[in-house]
Amino acid sequence: MDNTSSFRFFNRGPSPVARLVFFALLSLLLLFVDARYKYLESSRRVISIVVQPLQRLTTMPGVVWHEVSGYFETQSNLIRDNAALNQQHNLDAAQLLQLQVLQAENAQLRKLLDVQQQADYPMQLAEIVYIERDIFRRKVFVNKGSNSNVLIGQVVMDSTGIVGQVTRVFPWLSEITLITDKDHAVPIQILRTGLRAVVFGSGDISNLALRYMPISSDILPGDVLVTSGLDGTYPPGLPVAKVVKIERDAAYPFARISCVPIAGVDQQRQLLIVSGLPKLPEPPPETDAQSLDKARKNKRRMP
Amino acid sequence: MNASMPKDQEFLLPVTGTFISLSLLVALLLNWMPLHGIWLALRPDFVALVLLYWCTHKPHRIGIGIAWAIGIFADVADASLFGQHALSYTVLAFGGVMLHRRVQMFDVREQSMQVFPLLLISYSAYVVVHWQLHNYVAWEYFLGSATSALLWAPMTILLQTLRRPRSDPNEL
Repeated sequence: MDNTSSFRFFNRGPSPVARLVFFALLSLLLLFVDARYKYLESSRRVISIVVQPLQRLTTMPGVVWHEVSGYFETQSNLIRDNAALNQQHNLDAAQLLQLQVLQAENAQLRKLLDVQQQADYPMQLAEIVYIERDIFRRKVFVNKGSNSNVLIGQVVMDSTGIVGQVTRVFPWLSEITLITDKDHAVPIQILRTGLRAVVFGSGDISNLALRYMPISSDILPGDVLVTSGLDGTYPPGLPVAKVVKIERDAAYPFARISCVPIAGVDQQRQLLIVSGLPKLPEPPPETDAQSLDKARKNKRRMP
Repeated sequence: MNASMPKDQEFLLPVTGTFISLSLLVALLLNWMPLHGIWLALRPDFVALVLLYWCTHKPHRIGIGIAWAIGIFADVADASLFGQHALSYTVLAFGGVMLHRRVQMFDVREQSMQVFPLLLISYSAYVVVHWQLHNYVAWEYFLGSATSALLWAPMTILLQTLRRPRSDPNEL
C-alpha cells in the first residue's frame, strides 16, 4: 500500500479538516467578492491569458472537422447554394435601390424636423469560438476582444436580429450573453401597436417571456417585437422576437406570453458586433422637491 | 492488514509530479470540449475524476490546496464566479482524502459506488452556490455526476496501466 501509516511520524501540516475549512472559506469569500463587487475582473483577465490558448486547443478537432468537410463539399451543393444566393442577391439589390431612396428621403425629413440621425452603426464581424459549458447559462465567446476595440455593453446581432450583448471583454475574446439567458432583459416595443414592454430570457434556447403585461393588452400571436432603444444599450428598431403563444387566465393579473427569438441565437457561427451607438442625453437630475416627495413616500410605506 | 489488501495488489512505479500534472491537464482539456445541449449535461467531470483518483491514491501529494487551485482555473475557463468550481473541488478533495483508505479497500467496480456520493456532494456544492445567487436550479446538471461515477472504473484502470512498469518484472 502507499505510504499511509496511521502514525504521524512526520509533520504533514494542518489536518484535512483545517484545510477544508480554510479553502472553503476562501472560496466563499471569493464568491462573495466576485458576485457583489466585481473587483476580480483584472485577475480573471491575467489567468485567462494562460487558460485561453488551452481552450482554443480543445476546439481544434471541431475546427479541423469543419475545414475538412468544407473541403469535400460536393459540387452540386455548391451550385445549388450559389443559385440560391444569386437569387437572394437579386431580390436584395432591388430592395436596396428602394432603401437608398428611402434613406435619402428619411434624412431629408429628419433634417426638416431637426431630429438627431439614428441608424447606420459601424459593425464588425466576429466568429463564435466556443459556447459556454455551463448548462445554467446561455453565453458564447467570440474571437474579437479588447484588441479590436470591443467594449462591454456593445450589442451583438446576426443578419436577422438581436442575439445578445457583450458582457465581458478579454484581450482576444469577448463573452456574449444571449438574450435567452435567464438573467437577461431587453426593452422592446411591439411593432404593430407601439406598446412598450420588456422581454426576458427563460434559460431555454428558443424561448423568451414577455412578463408583466396586463391580460387586456393588445397582443396577438405573430406580433413582432423590436427594440425600443429606451435603455441606451440596444439601438431602436431591431427585431428581437416573435410572439407565439398567449395564455390569458383571469386568475392571474398578467397574461402569459411566450416568444421565440428571431435571430438564430444558437445557430449562427458569425455574429456582428455593433459599435458606436449614439450616446443618449443624461437624464435630468431629480429636483429637491421630487426627491423629498419620494423620501416621504418611502417613509410612509415603511411600517 | 493482509485480509484487507486487494488480491491483485500490484507493483506500481513511483508517481512523478510530471505524470500527475499531465493527467490533470488532459482532464482539464477534456472538460473544455465544446459540447452543448444534452451532451453538456451528460458530460462527465473529468477533472473531478482525476482529482479524486489522485486524492485517494496519493493523498499526501495531491490534496485540498491543489484541488482549490485547479478549481480557480476551471472558474476562469467556464466564466463562472470565482470560487464556484474551487469550492466544489475542495469539498471533493476533502472527501477523497478522508476516505482514501476505505476506497482502496474495494475493487474497481465497488469503488464506483463509493465514489458516487462524493461526486454528488461536490456537484451539490456547485448547484447550491448557483441557486443562492440566481434562484434557479437546472436539475439535469446532476446527470453529470452519474456519468462521472460510471467513468470511474475505466479511468482508474487506464491510470493504473500507465503507472505499471513497462517491462515484466518477473522476466530475467
